[in-house]
Amino acid sequence: MQADPRAVLTGVHFLNGDQACCEGALAAGARFAAGYPITPSTEIVERFSKRIPLVGGVFIQMEDELAASIAIQGAAWAGKKVFTVTSGPGFSLMMEHIGFAAMTETPCVFVNVQRGGPSTGLPTLPAQGDMMQARFGSHGDYPCIALSPDSPQECFRLMIRAMNLAEEFRTPVFLMMDEVVGHMTERVEIPAAESIEVTPRRLTEKAPEDYLPYETETSKIGGSLTPEMAIAGEGYKFHVTGLTHDERGYPSMTPETQHKLIHRLFAKIDTAKDRIIELEEDHTEEAEVVVISYGITMRVAERAIQMARTEGIATGKLRLITVWPLAEERIRELAGRVKAFVVPELNMGQVVLEVERVTGGRTRVIRVPHAGGTVHKPEQILEAIRRGAMTVQGAGA
Amino acid sequence: MEIRIAGFGGQGVILATQILGRAAAIHDGLHATMTQSFGPEARGGACSAQLIVSDEPVLYPYVTRADVLVAMSQEACTKFSPEVKPGGILIVEQDLVRMQQPPDGVSVFCLPATRMAEELGKRVVQNIVMLGFATAITGVVGEEALENAVLSAVPGHLADLNRKALAAGLEAGRTCLRNPSSGMETGAIPGLAAGVASARAPA
Repeated sequence: MQADPRAVLTGVHFLNGDQACCEGALAAGARFAAGYPITPSTEIVERFSKRIPLVGGVFIQMEDELAASIAIQGAAWAGKKVFTVTSGPGFSLMMEHIGFAAMTETPCVFVNVQRGGPSTGLPTLPAQGDMMQARFGSHGDYPCIALSPDSPQECFRLMIRAMNLAEEFRTPVFLMMDEVVGHMTERVEIPAAESIEVTPRRLTEKAPEDYLPYETETSKIGGSLTPEMAIAGEGYKFHVTGLTHDERGYPSMTPETQHKLIHRLFAKIDTAKDRIIELEEDHTEEAEVVVISYGITMRVAERAIQMARTEGIATGKLRLITVWPLAEERIRELAGRVKAFVVPELNMGQVVLEVERVTGGRTRVIRVPHAGGTVHKPEQILEAIRRGAMTVQGAGA
Repeated sequence: MEIRIAGFGGQGVILATQILGRAAAIHDGLHATMTQSFGPEARGGACSAQLIVSDEPVLYPYVTRADVLVAMSQEACTKFSPEVKPGGILIVEQDLVRMQQPPDGVSVFCLPATRMAEELGKRVVQNIVMLGFATAITGVVGEEALENAVLSAVPGHLADLNRKALAAGLEAGRTCLRNPSSGMETGAIPGLAAGVASARAPA
């Protein structure tokens, strides 16, 4: 399905990441957003609130982030494509409803323009300190899809992708921006609507009396593990609950139902992870050191990579455009070949923990932590690359 | 080229940088990355924007050693002039900046942009005057690209005024380059001596 031309601002623009993210949401078909504006994400909903009346849709400024994160889910069940935006303090407040979205399989996108934390931290300055919160923030076990853009152009593209993935897998999807990318202004090219692929809602074609809201093709080989939706108010009667539920959507609090449901929630992402995971690689094949990072930090690291190459160190780049699910297989493959991974992040070490786990001691992993407030100096990352290159192979970490 | 434009909130620092970035990224086909920082105040707080312009994709988004600093307030000049690199260019609003000691090896240009804007009828266009001046001196973007970017950023009924402001700034910059003593002071202390003739807009 193609984007609705009325909502697509085709042309070349000079936009910041927040504004580009909003345009991505509109192009992807988002027609409802609720939010409690917070720096540095405010420009997204500021723009949406101006643009949406012209396109046809609703923005509600809610009383807080709890309300915003559940209002979008009500709208999703009423048939709208939805998202909300926030930053760290609001993201913390949304955790309960993120779990609700995962459990009820409500398609929705959470944009987090990360700033320095914990608590209110650094409202106008960057960090990437919420990466593990996106993965594990709500209680219970649920899978996670999180994307990390490194430019306004990519904010546009990945917001569309996030909205599409949310619809395809009926799961909350996280667009994990940061203050630099959100407030950075660059050229953004918005293509014609007909070249923007948009995933439609998985609506049921069954009659109301035959419809079971959580029925899937689990038993069929190659069948979809994602159930079909109906639109509330169109004659379908269904029950949506955060309690463990059966195919009818009714609470069924038995170990068997729990087992079946949770395994399916994981399987629907796990079986499709090759499609979900998007990476950008450069010179990884012949590298002795590979820098693994995401978002703005990868751009800064790229300067360090260039410097390392001029010093004669074969340095590769592995950018996690999809951070969760983690590209475990690719990292494992590279781990067998390179002397070291260098993992800079604007946090004290989050995604690097997973890289260490996946690597399993087979190659050295060098952390380049940063408390946030600004980006790394390329020299800090260069120094880590140099250390990595001096690793005696086989010595492990 | 690493450029910083700084002043206080309300002077149109961000808009000026945005226009310059748009001129580079859209009308001149260059890569341009703009970032900004500002205090919590709506007006009067310190305000600064950074623009990196390059033939190649911009990786590091911030100014490390500025090639160009446009300082529209005393605070901005004091705070940011040390980051201008030798051989760089410092452009100041001469009525608002009093410089004791310009950085070594930095060419200093000054312009009474606010006064010129007032003479044109509206003080708010001082950022456009300054933008024209800075563009003529640095050549970072083409004049046509700049005019297109200005006109796409301002409301239609103010197009004429902004066009005039831009022309005044460009002309002042050109005059400066042709006749250094009219406004350029290299390594000296500009703006102090009364009568340091800065380029003025044609009346």
